[in-house]
Amino acid sequence: MAKEKERMDDRPVEKTAWRTMYRTMVKIRLFETLAGEYFAAGQIPGFIHLSIGQEGSSVGVCSCLRPDDYVATTHRGHGHMIAKGADVRRMTAELFGKATGYCKGKGGSMHIADFSIGILGANGVVAGGLPLIVGAGLSIQLRRSDQVAVVFFGDGAANRGPVHEAMNLASIWRLPVLFVIENNRYASTTPQSYACAVGDLCLRAAAYNMPGYGVDGNDVLAVREATRKAVAAARAGEGPSLIENKTYRVRGHFEGDPQKYRDPSEVQRWQAENDPIRRFEEYLRRRGVLTAKKIRRIEEEVRAELDAAVAFAKESPFPRPEEALEDLFA
Amino acid sequence: MSDRLLSASAALAEALIEEMTRDERIFILGEDLTAHAGIFGQFKGIPEKFPGRILDTPISETCIAGCGVGAALTGMRPIVDFHFSDFVTCGMDELCNQAAKIRYMFGGQVKLPLVVWCPDGAGLRAAAQHSQSLEAWFVHTPGLKVVVPSEPADVKGLMKASIRDDNPVMFFQHKRLFRREGPVPEDPEFLIPLGRAAIKREGRDVTFLTYGSGYFLCREAADELAREGIEAEIVDLRTLKPLDFDTVAASLRKTFRAVIVHEACLTGGFGAELAARIQAELFDFLDAPVLRVAAKDVPIPFSPPLEDFVLPRAADVVAAARSVCNR
Repeated sequence: MAKEKERMDDRPVEKTAWRTMYRTMVKIRLFETLAGEYFAAGQIPGFIHLSIGQEGSSVGVCSCLRPDDYVATTHRGHGHMIAKGADVRRMTAELFGKATGYCKGKGGSMHIADFSIGILGANGVVAGGLPLIVGAGLSIQLRRSDQVAVVFFGDGAANRGPVHEAMNLASIWRLPVLFVIENNRYASTTPQSYACAVGDLCLRAAAYNMPGYGVDGNDVLAVREATRKAVAAARAGEGPSLIENKTYRVRGHFEGDPQKYRDPSEVQRWQAENDPIRRFEEYLRRRGVLTAKKIRRIEEEVRAELDAAVAFAKESPFPRPEEALEDLFA
Repeated sequence: MSDRLLSASAALAEALIEEMTRDERIFILGEDLTAHAGIFGQFKGIPEKFPGRILDTPISETCIAGCGVGAALTGMRPIVDFHFSDFVTCGMDELCNQAAKIRYMFGGQVKLPLVVWCPDGAGLRAAAQHSQSLEAWFVHTPGLKVVVPSEPADVKGLMKASIRDDNPVMFFQHKRLFRREGPVPEDPEFLIPLGRAAIKREGRDVTFLTYGSGYFLCREAADELAREGIEAEIVDLRTLKPLDFDTVAASLRKTFRAVIVHEACLTGGFGAELAARIQAELFDFLDAPVLRVAAKDVPIPFSPPLEDFVLPRAADVVAAARSVCNR
């Protein structure tokens, strides 16, 4: 199994942060696992995209953010939302299409937001979050605030035109924006190695005169380290950064994806050798930050929280059909 | 306060200056805004008066539109200048998939106060990609308000109301009408609420339903018809969404005849929507079929005789009015 490199930061406050990060990763994994199960059981309508195996990226990045920082996410956004602090009860209810969901059942898996904690929304349009986050960055600059604005996008989105416009504009105005590419190797069925002219997407940062970090995205502490630098630069008015978290999409593009485009052994190898949660767990145990007993307790507590979220979602009413006509205009 | 004569362009600038003075969250974003106060000079006085609040962007329409959306979601009240309305195609995802849907699909969590200013329209020999009237596309997208002023006073009052609205507003202002003057109230609280049409000329024989540049065709046509004894009523719709159908209905209950006039091409234009509603809701009040006067269904051509042939003329409005009045 891939090993975490040693970190010099031994302060108790950092170790407390690691425990919280670990718990959040476990929570994302279980949330996604349960979402997959209830989807397969026909209890979640529509279609869903899971981020299992990418928890290092979402948690590593969001561990450096404040509640008032902004995040824009993608169709594969459950992990980012949980990492930013979203309420899993309201998320689960939204997935189930219930009136108690974040969006009262109008959004579903691909369109969840929580503006009270700076989550500007998941996005059904690939690369849709980039122009918006530049606007959030501009708003921060005009208001002379020290917030930062983070957009997650994939290797697939990286090939869209708005990415170019957004990175260029953020750079010339030195906006406090983090462009976080989660390179999970596949854009739907298309391998990144086929679709991108460069292998390392962080190299594109040079074209926009901003720092580019190529990070082992399954090493949550490596992600945290790169993000910290990028966030500090953004808050200091030094402008945007690009972070490429190299990771792997363990599940299909969507649940039910036949995945003819890849060999199952490739998936198994990643799961066995490069699972971000197992890697972090092994590191935390080795450093004495967590014990087997504590890990079990975290797992139990997360399980209880998510079971309660599912129960809440199941018990919640569907919206009244006429509510479809509400919320169009302020 | 007495109304002065102002051009449509000056009315726009006055509205913006008043609103930007009132509310610091308002800013303007777009291409080539500061060097010449906008490519049509439409922002005269603003770059000097509000430095840092009128921002030149690179040529990046997608990002300009998206920037407006992102800033609106995070506490600002942006006005996005689209250079030529034709270029909205480069920002369609941001306008129609993001701005129009964000409040709704997130369950009403957030307000999105955004004005998208689109100089549109033909007649300047600017050819197919700088002359279109695209308002119907946005009327067809739930979540957007659509405003199309005609006279300078409408420009001022509607722009101020659009800026104060907490929703995305597509504001189409005709390029050929920028220099056209009209009386404009000085009152800084002069607002025209979105969704209120104006009866700009009263008549008993036929109702012209129009907006934007179509209004001036109707005015010319009404003058000519008056000489023949046909009294046309002109309803300037001013906002297409929300639509003031009550005013439309009240007028038709009086005249029993409707001619819809717009510069956008005929097929699938706003006139089709309006005609459909009229026949469904006012069938018993109609003495004649609802006619539409619009541009022909081709892109706007360059050469003057070609462009003039494609665009609707006052004579077309006169002919339509005679037809519905059986003259």
